[in-house]
Amino acid sequence: MSTASPLIDRRTIIDWLGIAPFMIFALMFLIVPTLYLVTGAFFTPDGKLTLQNIADLFTPTIMSAYWISIKVSLASSIGGALIGFALAWAIVLGGLPSWIRNGLLTFSGVASNFAGVPLAFAFIATLGRTGLVTVFLRDWFGFNLYSTGFNLLSFFGLTITYMFFQIPLMVLILTPALDGLKKEWREASEILGASTWQYWRMVGLPILWPSLLGTSLLLFANAFGAIATAYALTGASLNIVPILLYAQIRGDVLHNPNLGYALALGMIVITGLSNILYIWLRMRAERWQK
Amino acid sequence: MKMSKFFAWLAIAVGVTYFFVPLLGTFEFSLRMRRGEYSLDAYGSVFSDIQFQQTFGFSILMALFTIAFGMLLVVPTAYWVRLRLPQMRPFVEFVTLMPLVIPAIVIVFGYLRLYNSSSYIPFTGSVLGTNILLVMSYITLSLPYMYRSVDTAMRTIDVRTLTEAAEILGAKWPTILFKCIFPNVMSGVLSGAFITFAIVIGEFTMAALLNRPAFGPYLQLVGANKAYEPSALAIIAFAITWLSMGLIQLVSRFGKLTQSRP
Repeated sequence: MSTASPLIDRRTIIDWLGIAPFMIFALMFLIVPTLYLVTGAFFTPDGKLTLQNIADLFTPTIMSAYWISIKVSLASSIGGALIGFALAWAIVLGGLPSWIRNGLLTFSGVASNFAGVPLAFAFIATLGRTGLVTVFLRDWFGFNLYSTGFNLLSFFGLTITYMFFQIPLMVLILTPALDGLKKEWREASEILGASTWQYWRMVGLPILWPSLLGTSLLLFANAFGAIATAYALTGASLNIVPILLYAQIRGDVLHNPNLGYALALGMIVITGLSNILYIWLRMRAERWQK
Repeated sequence: MKMSKFFAWLAIAVGVTYFFVPLLGTFEFSLRMRRGEYSLDAYGSVFSDIQFQQTFGFSILMALFTIAFGMLLVVPTAYWVRLRLPQMRPFVEFVTLMPLVIPAIVIVFGYLRLYNSSSYIPFTGSVLGTNILLVMSYITLSLPYMYRSVDTAMRTIDVRTLTEAAEILGAKWPTILFKCIFPNVMSGVLSGAFITFAIVIGEFTMAALLNRPAFGPYLQLVGANKAYEPSALAIIAFAITWLSMGLIQLVSRFGKLTQSRP
């Protein structure tokens, strides 16, 4: 019996060696770089432990950057969630022909991946000062969009642009959840005399809300970390966290490298929290999908 | 019942308007380069721009390297975890999802501090090193998509039986991996490859901060300096994304056909 144990050990070693390349990759290109920034946030440039960097995040410029970022992410995720839910509801339960469902799902797959710089171009060509919609409203209705205070390079403009990839993501994640609403539940509540409104309030939404809220959190994190679209749309003029961090990496605009680490840490904490909540809600949602 | 159908059509109408007006606007804008009439001049100007050709070529090359090395990393790992280390699955899955949690700009920030020219592993000290780092960053970005599509494909085959059968027939590990496992998860590998391509081709953050002449930073530069070319580029980028997603659908349909064979 005692001779068998080294053999088992060798097998165990081989087992673990099998995922060694993956582990090394993950450590080198994902975990260590992130930990480096996270720990750096708690040190001064000459290596002393400090909480000053974290405290410095609460200065007006940085706070306003976080605040605008949070507002844009919140608005685009809530807007994306509502419209996405309406669309998913329409294709699953609206009694529409099936080609609409297939078409919308395919399009959502494309549009949810159509982000970054080209998306900014598309919205400049549409809602910019000489964009299609702006010109159309001006020439046909004598309505000057930009005189109402609207500006594509602003909170509102960025929110509308972000929704172009937020809505499709919501549709893609929520369609299976809506498919999971069993017909029997609807029939049972109807037999018991429930109205449509009562069915949704007491059966449908309580089952769906973890998926709905969870996906909204995913959309929130998605928008919070995005930079390419915002940068191409507004240059460096809009003060959101990713753009501030971009400027910091490029040229130490905060005049303290370790404050840059703290800025990154703040981003990780916010996207991390929303993702943890998402996973927790997802587990709750899956209870009903068995 | 009629009411709900009305609202369903209304939702679809709102959605279609929101999604198609920007695409239409972009397309219309891209045709406006010649004064007073529609023309394809903007596209001509884009395609004949030597910088377009160079950066686009560079990004395609980076995408191919990302796909090749990413798959060499992901497929054996997914296989091994299913075969030998099922207890590690939650952990490995968690790691592959981390790039969705940590923003790209934070990851590349870490690279720049950790692998600068005065560090132990000076990736950014040379052009080749920086290119390698760029490919690694792209593998990181596409890890969630690659791993999930490969793992889904692996779920439909019986990894254990295949491996045992191959072993009994005297196959060595490389043969098992490349002649048994890879061909059987090809549909997953291909759909992972296409989505990776769609992500990498126009990626901005990593390439810009690592200072590589990729397509994403070029797009941004054109956007800041030209009027009509950006719209043409947006249409081209949309077409590329559409093509990638179309190929994924094609592959997954093909995959289903081959699976249903007895």
